[in-house]
Amino acid sequence: MTCLPGHTEKKLGLVIDLDTCVGCQACVTACKEWNTGGHMAPLTDIDPYGGHVDGVWFNRVHAYEHTTEMGGRTVNFPRSCLHCEQPACVTVCPTGASYKRASDGIVLVDEDKCIGCKLCSWACPYGAREFDTDVGVMKKCTLCVDRIYNDNLAEDDRVPACVAACPTSARHFGDLGDPASAISQLVTNRGGVDLMPELGYKPTNKYLLPRARTERAANVDAPALEPIKAEGGFLGWIDRMLSN
Amino acid sequence: MHPAFSVLFFTTATGAGYGLLALLGLLGGFGLIPADFWLGLVGMALALGLIAAGLLSSTGHLGRPERAWRAFSQWRSSWLSREGVASVATFIPAGLFGIGWVLLGDSGGWVAVAGLLAAAGAVTTVCTTGMIYASLKPIAQWHSRYTLPAYLIFACMTGSVLLNALLQGFAVGSTVVVTGATLATLAGWAWKLATWRYNDRLKIPTTANTATGLAGGTVRSIEWPHTEENYLLKEMGFRIARKHSAKLRRITQVLAFAVPAILLAVAFASQWPFAAIASALAAISQLIGMLVERWLFFAEAKHTVTLYYGR
Repeated sequence: MTCLPGHTEKKLGLVIDLDTCVGCQACVTACKEWNTGGHMAPLTDIDPYGGHVDGVWFNRVHAYEHTTEMGGRTVNFPRSCLHCEQPACVTVCPTGASYKRASDGIVLVDEDKCIGCKLCSWACPYGAREFDTDVGVMKKCTLCVDRIYNDNLAEDDRVPACVAACPTSARHFGDLGDPASAISQLVTNRGGVDLMPELGYKPTNKYLLPRARTERAANVDAPALEPIKAEGGFLGWIDRMLSN
Repeated sequence: MHPAFSVLFFTTATGAGYGLLALLGLLGGFGLIPADFWLGLVGMALALGLIAAGLLSSTGHLGRPERAWRAFSQWRSSWLSREGVASVATFIPAGLFGIGWVLLGDSGGWVAVAGLLAAAGAVTTVCTTGMIYASLKPIAQWHSRYTLPAYLIFACMTGSVLLNALLQGFAVGSTVVVTGATLATLAGWAWKLATWRYNDRLKIPTTANTATGLAGGTVRSIEWPHTEENYLLKEMGFRIARKHSAKLRRITQVLAFAVPAILLAVAFASQWPFAAIASALAAISQLIGMLVERWLFFAEAKHTVTLYYGR
């Protein structure tokens, strides 16, 4: 049913740190690699080696220049499904293919029920859903449901592929519904924000903004170098003669 | 938003079809239009034909049309599902009304009840179509108080202009229907102008700043995640040049409103067959004009995802 659960036991989601993201695209590649064989497989590529490359990706990294009176800075910006608390992509679905899980809040698509009307992609303000023209159904991020509960993986690996791949630990995974969880603490401490809060979708995923820039250089506070001791012998004599 | 022809044709054809069905159901059911077999047959065939063609066309943009039956299940939350249910349910009283009014030549009694129910179903279906668009928050031009009335006004307008053409064609034109169709056309024109005025002055609170969470200053896209256009840009990133938009707005006004209004005035003042020819041309011009209007409705609608791409 495409009616939303009134309450979810957990609010699993991601926290993305725009301060440390370097835009390396490792999360994008890891996501594609895992998911093209995972729950929503395949992530079809159309004309992958031709002039009009197209295909389904769950995670895309943009780059922006943010200019304020403090100056400009480059911000790398990963964009994927935010697993909203009020996902209009689910309620607009006419077939019941889209649903939000009451257990953990993950928004999923049942590919066997999807008729490919694309209305859910119109209803998502974030561009999280991409249509697979080859299979004729809508696809989206699953928060790697087939990793995070996967007993065949080592416990450390039971995180979404994008989180596991991030070399700068800019991506964090956890229960945002539990205020005591490490990820919730991170959001509180860093003042994590919602994207497009004015639209009322109440995204579960949060973004941590780049830290404030400081005017001065890093204060190393190392002691001054000691004076060089006068060299003796022949080289010392040359040094003294040349220094005069 | 990308203007897919199947959706443009669907909304224009079903709008006109449901408008005509509602008017036939009300006027025919209560005996205000004579229960003539051929008039009724052509009228109901036109109304139900437009509806059926539109509904079939709407399945044309589905990725898996063979599963379309599933779309009747989620009426509790989805306007698209409600539209499906309402459109199919309307066929029941419409069919009964057709049997009573066209085949049996009756009006009043149960035929009037069926006509009334068919009209109610038609209005409900048009409302659900309008709400599909009006409920989409990411598209500010659609998520406005202008959208739902527009669908109702345009259905009434195209339906009444078709009804007038039908009656004039059978040489039973009425000054009331010609006047009504003219007034509906002028109302449609006024509503479209008001909508464009509203959209042109729209201050959209969602910006590249709120989309990225980067408050203050300017946020400029310097690199896309991909080099070619992807699904998001093809479907939601459709752009139309401002000069083309202005020209197409003029074409819409001429074909959908001005020309039909003038031809209806000609029909008002002339006799059969000239009145019939003018009325038929008014209907044809208006339907072509409404296809252009619907194309602009999509082309001028801006989805918030385009903010991520600096568009």
